[in-house]
Amino acid sequence: MIEINPLVIFFASIFTNNMIMSNFLGMCSFIAVSSEIKTSLSLGQAVTFVLATTSVLNYLVYYLILVPLGLEYMRFIVFIIVIAAFVQLVEMIIERYFETLYYSLGIFLPLITVNCAILGVSLFMIIREYDLIQSFMFGLGSGIGWTLAIVAMAGIRKKITGAKIPKGLEGAGITLIITGIMALAFLGFSGIVQIQ
Amino acid sequence: MSTIVTTVLTISGITGLLALLLSVANKTIANYGEKKILINGSKELVVEGGDTLLSALIDQKVFIPSACGGKGSCGYCKVTVTQGGGEILATELGYVTPKEREEGVRLSCQCKVREDMQIQIPEELFSVKQYDYHVAFIKDLTPTIKHLRLELPEKEEIEFKAGQYVQILAPKYKGSDEEVYRAYSIASSPMDTKAVELYIGYVKEGKATTYVHNFLKEKMKLTVVGPYGDFFYQDSNREMVMVAIGTGMAPIMSILKYMRSNNIQRKVTFYFGARTAEDLFEMDTLEQLQKDLPNFKLVTCLSKPTEKCNWSGEVGRVTDMLQKYLTDASGAEAYLCGSPVMVDSVIPILKDKGMPEEHIYYDKFE
Repeated sequence: MIEINPLVIFFASIFTNNMIMSNFLGMCSFIAVSSEIKTSLSLGQAVTFVLATTSVLNYLVYYLILVPLGLEYMRFIVFIIVIAAFVQLVEMIIERYFETLYYSLGIFLPLITVNCAILGVSLFMIIREYDLIQSFMFGLGSGIGWTLAIVAMAGIRKKITGAKIPKGLEGAGITLIITGIMALAFLGFSGIVQIQ
Repeated sequence: MSTIVTTVLTISGITGLLALLLSVANKTIANYGEKKILINGSKELVVEGGDTLLSALIDQKVFIPSACGGKGSCGYCKVTVTQGGGEILATELGYVTPKEREEGVRLSCQCKVREDMQIQIPEELFSVKQYDYHVAFIKDLTPTIKHLRLELPEKEEIEFKAGQYVQILAPKYKGSDEEVYRAYSIASSPMDTKAVELYIGYVKEGKATTYVHNFLKEKMKLTVVGPYGDFFYQDSNREMVMVAIGTGMAPIMSILKYMRSNNIQRKVTFYFGARTAEDLFEMDTLEQLQKDLPNFKLVTCLSKPTEKCNWSGEVGRVTDMLQKYLTDASGAEAYLCGSPVMVDSVIPILKDKGMPEEHIYYDKFE
């Protein structure tokens, strides 16, 4: 186990080790859904929830099943299946029992089944040898960081609607360029806390 | 060897366990049981819950119009939900106006049946039916317009009002990887209940028109749903002004044939516009209609006649013809059919000539 205060991991994963801005993970839904603040906030919440829970689930599966059996190298397929099954289950549950939540958050769940940020968190926590609490904080923080990035992006895109953008750069093109500039800005956080 | 077996067993075990969990959840959590849908306060349907309203209704043979097949991209499948159905979804907001939203209008392809519901739909949708018609003939009317006659299966009939439309289902073909529904006005008489005739113009890269023009052959089957539409012949004694361009002639033709069959002697003037003489079609049928209906007058105009056309008739657009021939329209009613641009430019002229807006009926072909 690695000796880092879970809170440090939490803040680092929001700012300095932001999933989108420093690892470029979860870009597809980041670009596709960042056109409106409200929807990106809902998607961000869904991602945060799934990240926090699957990091714990995958931690347990990995250390209780895969490690004792010497099957660490199978973690990719197992993590993917666990994430997909979990998302599917959660979708069914909220669709049935939490109607209002379903309309704000549930419809985004299928979209994040294969969000690479989610698999990324599960893999990073294994590589960095976090313990259970650290993994949970890492998952939660990464989710909040991802939400922060997508909401900020949605805000910027709202500002530039109507701006004169060269035809070839409209939509995804300009979004990618803004992402690059935002990533530079996030680099400014790098002195605050530091994890691997 | 044994490690391979353990690996396979473990991974299968985990996957199997999750699959079991999900299928149990599907049987319990996602199982909504039978739900009731009350339509227009009178007709009650019992459907399997959990499905979208659109597919639940189609299963019960209530055909709500839908051009995109339930993907939430055409906005045709609106129904008014008065009870149940939950809140409106983000995917619907682009198609439902704030006023409609207040009335409870929803896209039935997005709204799911999770509880007993009460909905309102136009009464005429009950007469909408879906059948596999067979193609009796396909003829070229002009280089870009085909004339189709589609016959119903034996013992089946279609009841429609002159002016209404049907949707045809263009299947997947080489170059189009999805089924699409497209709407076409019926050109045949409503008295002919065994078939519908359509005029289908070729649209570049249009999925349904390409299918009809390049792949559909005589004797093949074609799925048709209908009839739909609130554009149809109105019973009154007013003089009629009809305006159409291109395939917009179809519903007008149906109305004229209907009038001939029922010996309706109202005064009718039909302004028909095309680009060149090559784009004119069914002129002999209209000629015959002029003989059969003594009060029917046809004004045909070409907007861009060439030398080749050898055209001695009217030159200009239908709007020019209306300015030229229509004097007082205050006691008349109008039937407009064709491109949105045409319809939008004709309406102000009719109003200028004194026609009340509520007597202007139109069908925009988009």
